[in-house]
This record gives sequence, C-alpha cells and structure tokens, in this order.
Amino acid sequence: MNRWTEKLTFWRIMFVIILAVGMVAGFRRFYLGLGATTGLSDQVPWGMWIGFDVMSGVALAAGGFTLSALVYIFNLKQFHAVVRPAILTAFLGYILVAVGLLFDLGRPWYIWHPIFFRNPHSVMLEVAWCVMLYLTVLAFEFVPAFFERLGWGKAVKVMKIGTPILVILGVLLSSLHQSSLGSLFLIVPNKLHPLWYSARLPYLFFVSAMSVGFAMVIVESYLSSRAFRKELERPIITDLGRAMMVSLIFLAVLRGQDLIGRGSLGYMFQATTEAGLFWLEIGLGIIIPVILVAIPKIRSHPQGMFYAGLSAVLGLILNRMNVSITGMAAKLGDYFPSWEELSITAMLVALGFAAFAWAVKNLPVFGPSPWTGTVVITPALETERVARQAELQPARVSIQ
Amino acid sequence: MDRQRALLIDITRCVGCGACSEACKTANKLPPETEKTLSATAYTVVQEKGDYFVRDLCRHCQQPTCVSVCPVGAFEKTADGPVTYDGDKCIGCRYCMTACPFSIPRYEWTSRAPLVRKCIMCSERVKEGKMTACSEACPAEATVFGWRDELIADAHRRISENPDGYYNLVYGENEVGGTNVLFLSPVNFADLGFPTNLGNAALPPLTWEVLEKIPNFVVASGVILGGLWWLINRRATVDELRHQTGESHPQHPGQSASTRTHQAGGESR
Ligand code: SF4
Ligand code: SF4
Repeated sequence: MNRWTEKLTFWRIMFVIILAVGMVAGFRRFYLGLGATTGLSDQVPWGMWIGFDVMSGVALAAGGFTLSALVYIFNLKQFHAVVRPAILTAFLGYILVAVGLLFDLGRPWYIWHPIFFRNPHSVMLEVAWCVMLYLTVLAFEFVPAFFERLGWGKAVKVMKIGTPILVILGVLLSSLHQSSLGSLFLIVPNKLHPLWYSARLPYLFFVSAMSVGFAMVIVESYLSSRAFRKELERPIITDLGRAMMVSLIFLAVLRGQDLIGRGSLGYMFQATTEAGLFWLEIGLGIIIPVILVAIPKIRSHPQGMFYAGLSAVLGLILNRMNVSITGMAAKLGDYFPSWEELSITAMLVALGFAAFAWAVKNLPVFGPSPWTGTVVITPALETERVARQAELQPARVSIQ
Repeated sequence: MDRQRALLIDITRCVGCGACSEACKTANKLPPETEKTLSATAYTVVQEKGDYFVRDLCRHCQQPTCVSVCPVGAFEKTADGPVTYDGDKCIGCRYCMTACPFSIPRYEWTSRAPLVRKCIMCSERVKEGKMTACSEACPAEATVFGWRDELIADAHRRISENPDGYYNLVYGENEVGGTNVLFLSPVNFADLGFPTNLGNAALPPLTWEVLEKIPNFVVASGVILGGLWWLINRRATVDELRHQTGESHPQHPGQSASTRTHQAGGESR
C-alpha cells in the first residue's frame, strides 16, 4: 500500500463517518423538531444553515455564471476548459442549497408553496424563484456532459443550439439571485451592524459572488488536478487569478466607497467584535488574495494560486456569516450552532465533494472540448485503457 | 385610508395585574401559565421595567414588515387594523421573525410542524365590532380599544393635560410608518427597552425599491447580453469561416484572439 491509496482510504472512511453522523443528525432534526436540535431561538431565527449552507453556498456557485458568460458571451476562449467544472460546481452547489433548505424550513413539505402563493413584495419570493429556475437552467447546461459520455452526438448538437439562450438566462437568473440574497437584509436597518448594513447590499453581494466564482474554480481545478494527477494548465489558473484580483479590487473600491458614503468608516477602528470580524473578512477575502496574485512568482505557481483562491473563499464565507448572523448578534442575541447543525452541514459538503469527484472521474468535465460531440477521454476511461494496455504490469502506479 | 381600530396602552395607568395576558390566553386557547416573555404560547406579556409595567405584543404596523417579507403572503393587514396570519400557507422560512422591527413573531420550536405565533389583535372579535380580549379585561383602563385617530387625539390630550406625568411622545403614532398599538409612557421610552432607533419611515419600501426594478433589469440586461453575444460571436464566426476557406491554419479554427487583430477592418457582414 503506498501513500496515495492510504490517503484515499483515509478520506473514504472520513466520508462514511461524516455521512453516518449527518444522517443521525438529520433524523433527529425531523423527529425532535428544530428547537431541540439547533441553536436557533426566537431571538436568532436564522443560523448556519442560512448563513453558510444557503448564503455562502449560492455565492460559491457563482463561477458557473461568470465563466459561462466570459466564454460564451464574451468569447474569451482561454477559459473554455474550466467552464464545465464551474457549471458542475454551480449545479451541485444549488442542489445542496435546496437540500439544506429542506432541513432549515420549518415546514419543508410546503417548499413548493412559493410557486402558487406569491407575494411580489417579498425578496424571499424572488430568492425562491431564482433557486428553482436557475437550478433548471444549470441542469440543462450540464446534461450535455452525460450525453457526451454516452456518445449521443445528436443530443449534444441539439443542446448546443440552445446554449446562448441558456447562458443568457443563467447569467440573468444568477445575477438576480446573488443580489437578492443581499436584498434580503435591506429590511433590517436597525438590526444589522453599520459595517455591513448598506442600501448597496445587493450590488456588494453580486460583485463579491462574482470574484469568489473565480476563486472557487481555481481551488477546485487545483484539487482535482492533484486528486487525478493531471497537469494543471498554468495559463488558465493564472488568468483566473488575474480575473479574481481585478474583481476583488473592484469589490474593495465599492466597499470603501460605501463605508465612506454612509459615514461608517469609523466603525472599522473601534475595539469591537464586529470590527475584528470585519478586518478578518477583508484580510482573508480581499487583502491576502490580492497580494498573493500580485506577486508574479506566486501567480505563476498553481499552489500559490490555490492559497489565494482558498483565502478569498474563506473571506466570502465569513462575509455572508457576518451579514446574516454575527453582524446582528449584538441586537438579537448570541447563537452557536448545535452539533446537528454542524454535522448536517458537513454531510452536505461531503456529498458535494463526492459528487464532484465522481463526475470528474466519469464524465467529460475537465475535457478539452465540450459541446462538440467528440468522445472525450475521462480519467476513468483513461485508467481503463492504461490498465488494459499494461495488463500484467500493475507497477505503473506512480508515486506522488 | 379607512378608519382603523387600535389599542392605546398607557403605562402610567398599568398596575401590572396581568389580566390582559390572562384574557389573551383564554381567548386564544393557550396554556394558562403566566409567562415572562413572548413565546409561541404567549402573545402578550406584562414585563416589569424598573418602577413600571410594560406590555409587549405585536404592534400591528400600518405598513407591516412581516406582511411585506413573507414569500407566500401568510400575513395580512386587514381593513380593520389587525395583522393576521394564515398558517396553512407558511413554509417556515422565518424571514418574518428576522425582519420584524420589534422582533415580535415567535416560533413553535418544539413542534414537528411548527407555525409562527403572534398577537392577531382578536381579528375575529374586532370584525364583529367587539373589543379585544385584553382591553376588555383591563381593570385600570391602561389598555383601551378604539379608532386609531381618536386614540391618538386622546393620547395627545392626556399629555397636554399632564405634561409632567408623561414623556412627550405617543409611541407608535409615527414609528416605522405608524402602528396600531400606541403607547404612552411616564419616562423616556428608551429607558423601558423600546427600540428608539427605528425612525418614522416604514421599512417595506427598502426592499420594494429594489424589487420593482427587476422587470426592467431583466429586459434591459437580456437585450444587452443577447446583443453582446451576437456581436462578439458573429465576428468570431466570420473569422473562423474566413480561416477555413483561406490558407492559414485551416485545421484549427477558433483562435480568434490572435487572428482577429489582422482581420480587423471594415468588413461587410
Ligand atoms: S410588529 Fe412585527 S409582527 Fe407585528 S405587524 Fe409589525 S412587523 Fe408584523
Ligand atoms: S415563516 Fe411563514 S409566515 Fe414567516 S415569512 Fe416565512 S412563510 Fe411567511
């Protein structure tokens, strides 16, 4: 047994444990109710399922629309190879958001109510519709990968005709959705700390989601390339890093402008928990990644870019948590997630990773030319071929 | 606006007997135990704040935030004044709880099919022309029921007749756009734990101003994106076609970035 398989087995066991604990927690959540199994209360009705699973989950899925817009609308072909992984992330991300909502909603069996009972004044209605519609669009955007794998060239060609419409719809829906998650908090001017409350929340949410979309693609490309031992295409990663840096700087300008405009700059320098969280968020989410990308040596190094991306992702998660939980804690009360909340979240994340790994292995995800109908060699097919060629030479396992 | 029903709660008169919360429990068939804070089984409570007793309950806002935020329209501002709730629609997102400026709605956390709970100002009784259970039960006329405009006039009269006994504000006349539960206090409302940073503007326009822009946004961005796609990809296709028919790189179309530069120029499309 070499180190690689050991590592793999370790993660498999971890996965099974996380899944088992998550299922126990899930059962308890539905059997005992929300009160007994979450840290939620009348004072803090929204916790980490909203702050992390929904708010951050949706933002981290933003790579799907940013990259498909860049490639299919702006024709920036250099990003072609990562469109599909980005769409896959978005698709999985949105499925997990929907599943997460099933745990969080008090009456999840009525999750379809917003289709029929519609209050047009509610941002939450917009959110619900965006999730439903964008999930459908993402399914259509990703399904050609299955067709390609099955060798259904005709179906792929048919789907290709619809691509521009799907892409435009997807961009529209996700820009609405990303911003609407910010709009949700427009209604709490007296509860949310002034470091975060702003009339511009919808724009800030949109821009931060866009930049973290690039970060996510960097992170997952890097991780996939390590897991499947495939050479990373350095220029793509570097270009993604540049795009991330530009959008992060844009975000920084927006936030600075916003804080100055509202006269809230001073709150940054107070000795409060909020100010601390704010700096942590800005440091992780903007300062560190921008500096890392700005250094040419790191920029051309996949691992360096991975850390830059990871930092941006963590910063964004903290931002969403700050807006939805910690930024309101002073007015509402303290909250700490229960083990059930944590382990159900962990289960969802683990399922997302597993589904992503499965898809990368079995479908043409990192394939060179999606939408063309040509057979793409997936890692699974490749191993099969290699194994067949090598027959009695199992010594080909490389050490890494 | 049509005349609406309202409650006027005069904290200087309240003796803290708790008859109102008791009557509320009976009227709404809730477990009779006295509670200290609002809960899924207590729609109103009487709290001791220093030397005074203060009732807590839904304020039945004139432009209720809960009505505006609920995705499925479970809340309704009735013509009489009460803000009611229809549990059959509720999906349990709890946005109403997050959004209410007074943090009033409570949740049935222990239930497997939980509902939101709050005072509904005895909407059935009010519809029949009767007063609310709490105002009927109050022995000290600390809570009185009536037309909102008359109660506001009455409140101002009480203040002007006894300016030393009252803090000069009818809480709820203008707060977050005005509410149908009005308070009179002997001291600054902040001292009794009332939120005093709410302002007089109603909250629902904050989100509506964004939401109403969506149709325009969708149409405009749809056209812009479609136009961009057409412009950019049309040019790329033209380039590709030229390369396929021309001699340079016939086997590898699509590298437009490098080839576009020397093709740029007035081409008729
Ligand atoms: S006080 Fe809160 S729950 Fe009552 S009507 Fe106003 S917004 Fe709705
Ligand atoms: S919890 Fe129920 S009543 Fe409250 S906003 Fe959500 S759906 Fe509406």
